[in-house]
Formats: sequence, C-alpha cells, structure tokens
Amino acid sequence: MSEVLTGIGVCAGIAAGPLLRIAAAPALPAPVPVTDTEAEYTRAEAALAEVVAELGRRADRTADATVAEVLRAEALMADDEELRDGVRELIDEGHDAPHAIDGAFATFREAFAAAGGYLAERVADLDDLRDRAVAVLLGLPMPGVPAPGHPYVLAARDLAPADTADLDPEQVIGLVTEVGGPTSHTAILARALGLPAVVACPGALAVPDGTFVLLDGASGHLRVGVSEADATAAAQNAARVAAAASTSTGAGRTSDGYAVKLLANVGSAKNVPSADEAHAEGIGLFRTELLFLDRTREPTLDEQITAYRDVFTAMAGRRVVIRTLDAGADKPLPFLNQDGEPNPALGIRGLRVARQRPDVLTTQLAAIAEARSQTGADVWVMAPMVSTTAEATGFAAAVRDAGLPKAGVMIEVPAAALRAADLLRVVDFLSIGTNDLSQYTFAADRMCGDLADLLDPWQPALLQLIGVCGEAGRAAGKPVGVCGEAAADPLLAPVLVGLGVTSLSMSPRAIGPVRAALAGRTEADCRRLAELAVAAPDAREARKLAA
Amino acid sequence: MPTRTVTVGSSSGLHARPAKIFVEAAAKAPVKVTIRSGDRKPVPAKSMLSVLALGAKQGTEVILEAEGEGADEALDSLAALLAKDLDADV
Repeated sequence: MSEVLTGIGVCAGIAAGPLLRIAAAPALPAPVPVTDTEAEYTRAEAALAEVVAELGRRADRTADATVAEVLRAEALMADDEELRDGVRELIDEGHDAPHAIDGAFATFREAFAAAGGYLAERVADLDDLRDRAVAVLLGLPMPGVPAPGHPYVLAARDLAPADTADLDPEQVIGLVTEVGGPTSHTAILARALGLPAVVACPGALAVPDGTFVLLDGASGHLRVGVSEADATAAAQNAARVAAAASTSTGAGRTSDGYAVKLLANVGSAKNVPSADEAHAEGIGLFRTELLFLDRTREPTLDEQITAYRDVFTAMAGRRVVIRTLDAGADKPLPFLNQDGEPNPALGIRGLRVARQRPDVLTTQLAAIAEARSQTGADVWVMAPMVSTTAEATGFAAAVRDAGLPKAGVMIEVPAAALRAADLLRVVDFLSIGTNDLSQYTFAADRMCGDLADLLDPWQPALLQLIGVCGEAGRAAGKPVGVCGEAAADPLLAPVLVGLGVTSLSMSPRAIGPVRAALAGRTEADCRRLAELAVAAPDAREARKLAA
Repeated sequence: MPTRTVTVGSSSGLHARPAKIFVEAAAKAPVKVTIRSGDRKPVPAKSMLSVLALGAKQGTEVILEAEGEGADEALDSLAALLAKDLDADV
C-alpha cells in the first residue's frame, strides 16, 4: 500500500528510486573525565586528520574543478595548527576529545560570526567540520550525502551548500527536504542541476532508508511504498515528456498561437551561453549587483560600460531587460555604508538608495546608455523596490534623461501591485518579482524555512495581486513580465499567462519545460485556470485545480 | 623585526581561494610568519582559520612580520602575493 506525503514542488520532474537519508550530524555525547590527556589528544588529532583525508578524497573524486577547490579549502580549515593548539589546551584543561574539538571550533565560529558577511556564511562550514570530526570520534558515519553507487532520491531536513558541493547527479536523482522554501538553497540547487525536488515535506525523514519512492517535483508529492514497476513506468513516461520539452525550440506560445516571451535571468555575460542553449528570446532580468558586490568603492563608469556591453553584445539584437542596482536587504554594499539598519528588508534598498545617492543611479544609467549606443541592443531598464507612482515617475524621467527608450519598474511591493494601472501611465512595462512580492505580501522572511507555506507562489492572494498587474497591462496594452522563481514552474506558467502576464523570465534550464507546458494549453485554458487558482481557498487547492 | 604592510588586492578579499593560496605559500616559508590587521593580535599566516578570521577585504591593510634567516625574502614574496588580485589569476 502506498502513502503520499505532500510538500512544495520547487523543480518539476519525476524521480523514481530508493530513498536514502542524509546522515545526520551527531549530537555531542555527555562529557567524560579524561585520565590520559596525551592519548585523548592523539585521538582528537587522528579524527581531524581523517576529516582532512576524507575531504581530500572527495576533492580527488569530483570532476568539477571549482568544487574540488572548495573541498580543498575546507580541508585546509580542518588541518590547522591553531585549531590543534586550541584542542590541546582544552584537553589539558580536562575536556574529552569531542568537547575539545567543539570548543576549539567555537572560538573561530565566534570570530567568523562577528565579522559578518561572507565569513558569517562560513560558520556552516565550521559546524560541518566539527560534526565530521565528532562523528569519527564516535564511530558514526560522517554526516553528508550518501554515495551508494546507484541512483537514489536524497532526503534531508534541509540542504546546506557544504552538503551538496560535490553532489553527484548520476546518483542523486531527486531531492526532498522536510523544511526549506521555494527560495532555499535546496530549491536553487535543484533548479541549477535540473533535479526534481520537493521542499517543506514533513515526514520525509521518517521513511526508512531504501524504501522505493516516486517523487513528483511539479505536484509536490512523495509517494512512498509504490511498486518498483509502477514507479519506473511513471519515471520513464515523465522522461519522455521532459526529453520533448528540452528539445523544444522557438518562440513561446500557447497551442492557439498566443505569444508569451520566454526570457532568461542572467548576472553577467558568463550566463549568456546557457540562455542561448535554451533558446531564450532575450534576457528578462539582467542583475547588475555582481559588479558591485564586495566593493569598497563604486565601480567606475568605464567598468560598468564594459560589463553591460558584454551582455548586450552577446544577446545580439534581442531584448535585454536590465535592472538597476538592487542593493540593500540581503545584498548590502560596502560603498553605500548601509550598516545598522534594524530592518534591512524594509529599509533603504533598491531604488530607495537613490534618495541618498542619486549619483549612483545617474552613473549607472549613463553606463547603460553608452553600452547600448555601442551595441545597438534592444535595452529596457527597470528599477527594483518601487512603491509609488511618484517613485516610478522620477525613475522614468532619469531613464529618459539618460537617452534610454524603455523604462519599467519591478512589482515587489503590494502597494505597487495595487496601483499597477497608475504606474503604467508613467512607465513602459512592469516586471513582477514574485519572491519579494510574496515576502512583502505575507510578511514572511524569504529566508525563513518555517514559513515556506506562506511563500508558496501558488498562494491565491499572490496570484490575485499578479492578476491586478496583468489586468492593468491588458488595459494599457503594455507588457507585464514575471521574473521570480514562480516563472520557472511549468504548472504555474499557464496560470500566470491567464492572469495577463506577457513574458516569463527564469533560469535558462527552466525554459524548455515552460515552453512545452504553454504549448499544451490554449489561451482560453490559461484564463480559466487563472480564475480557478485565484478563487481557490489555499495554495494546495490552487495547485490541484490547475493541474 | 622585518615587517611588510600590504593592501589586500584580491577582489573577493582574503577569502576562499585567495586565502588558500596565501596560507599554502606561508606554510612553505622557511620562517614563521605572522599576519595582523589593525591593532589586533598577530596570528600565524599558515593557519587558514586565523587568516580567514581576519575578515580582510579588498583594500584592507594587513601587516606581515617574521624573524630569522630568510625572513625578508619570505615576506617579500608573501606581500607580493597579497597585493595581487588572486581572484583574477585563474
């Protein structure tokens, strides 16, 4: 008899295979008194050495040079004389090896956390190294992703970058986590690797290792205890559909020919080849933050011109929607001195930076205009974090002053969505950032896994706000795009089109399945599905009605 | 004591790859080299964790110190390494 567990599907696709759980981090045992400090130190040192050796073996095994580099850097962190000195001191003070290792890492943990930014993110690496060393001391398997040598569905509470750095897509065919949301690392990784994935699926870790499961990354279902034959047949069928989707080419359209532009999200010219492979019709979101991150000084006009020109040239005449600097909140920039905001997500971010530093925007627009005139690209410019028509008016004027033809705004704030019609009187297009629009509509932090259900893009209230924008676009005859993660969901794409969305921008890998999903529906189908989804009582029901 | 003051040149700061390259070079030096930033306590340059904990970004000034035979040569080559943009050097 099979049982169905339900979570949130974050990457469409079907995976059938045995389920294996990620080995959990060991709990620290109760402290024991140490009599032979020298033997205890030898034990601790050997455990650290085994962690270093294991990371080295993983680095040797992986084919990806970047991953190997990350693993070797981690190994170097565990092979550290200051760390060993710390362990020895603690053992001399009477602590046992596991507690001495925990304590020695804790010293660095504090320093990393206090430094903030990049280093604070490395705290997870330190914890991982400590857990590995403690596991060795306790004779337990090192925490991490299993490598059984055959395909399986990986189950975890949540996945951290360190768990997945060398995740082998030949073995891991699907991901299911008990927590996490549509913007969690698991979801991002799954989409990057094209792995079917379900997050926020309670009960997934209670499934015994080796149980045959069928994972559906579109519906969010994990079917447990299904027969191997049934699961394999379902997976093969899905693979045929996916193969058809990945080879699909051409412009996005419904089965009755209603055009929907399928665009790619990129951060730099490096991403353009993958957009081309997916036959993207252009760039729907060119994030410009990459150039500004970790900078103590603003990048110069010339540096910016070069970076923008690289992308414009690579897209050779196709549309490029470029977003002006989206600094603040989770992306603070040193040169803007944004420290000390009590509530960064509600603070000076996105276009609001121009209130204090209008020069940054002026320079960026001048660079975009110059890069455009050198390449003749079809450049559209949009501002992030716009709330009012006044802000949109000011931005549109700045864009036109720079000599750029198309000005738009992002819809991330509910106030802007409600006033979409007013905004379209002063700008040429709208682009809905569904991740932030969810966060601000539901007052739920994007990074908070425990609130993943609120951040579900199928929430009817979110769809309703998207519909307000779509209606405004239809009335004004102006384009309304979606460039959040929601655009990458093949099941949701027809609903968005039905709500009046005219372009979908996503990571390149998602374009094929979305193109195929649209080709299977008429425009009238899309409108009907949109009505059903908006009228649904909750996200789960909305998803079911639209399937 | 021989000392060098250097401005970190790597665009991502003294993190990840640049830190690894620096620490590995320091471990090969014939003398014990320390590194510090501002008034903080000097730490061994061959300790990855200590070097990372400095939190040095591009443009941060750090001070290298070493004593003994070969100290000047070791400091010169390590200082040159720090001043380079090791992220660009792929």
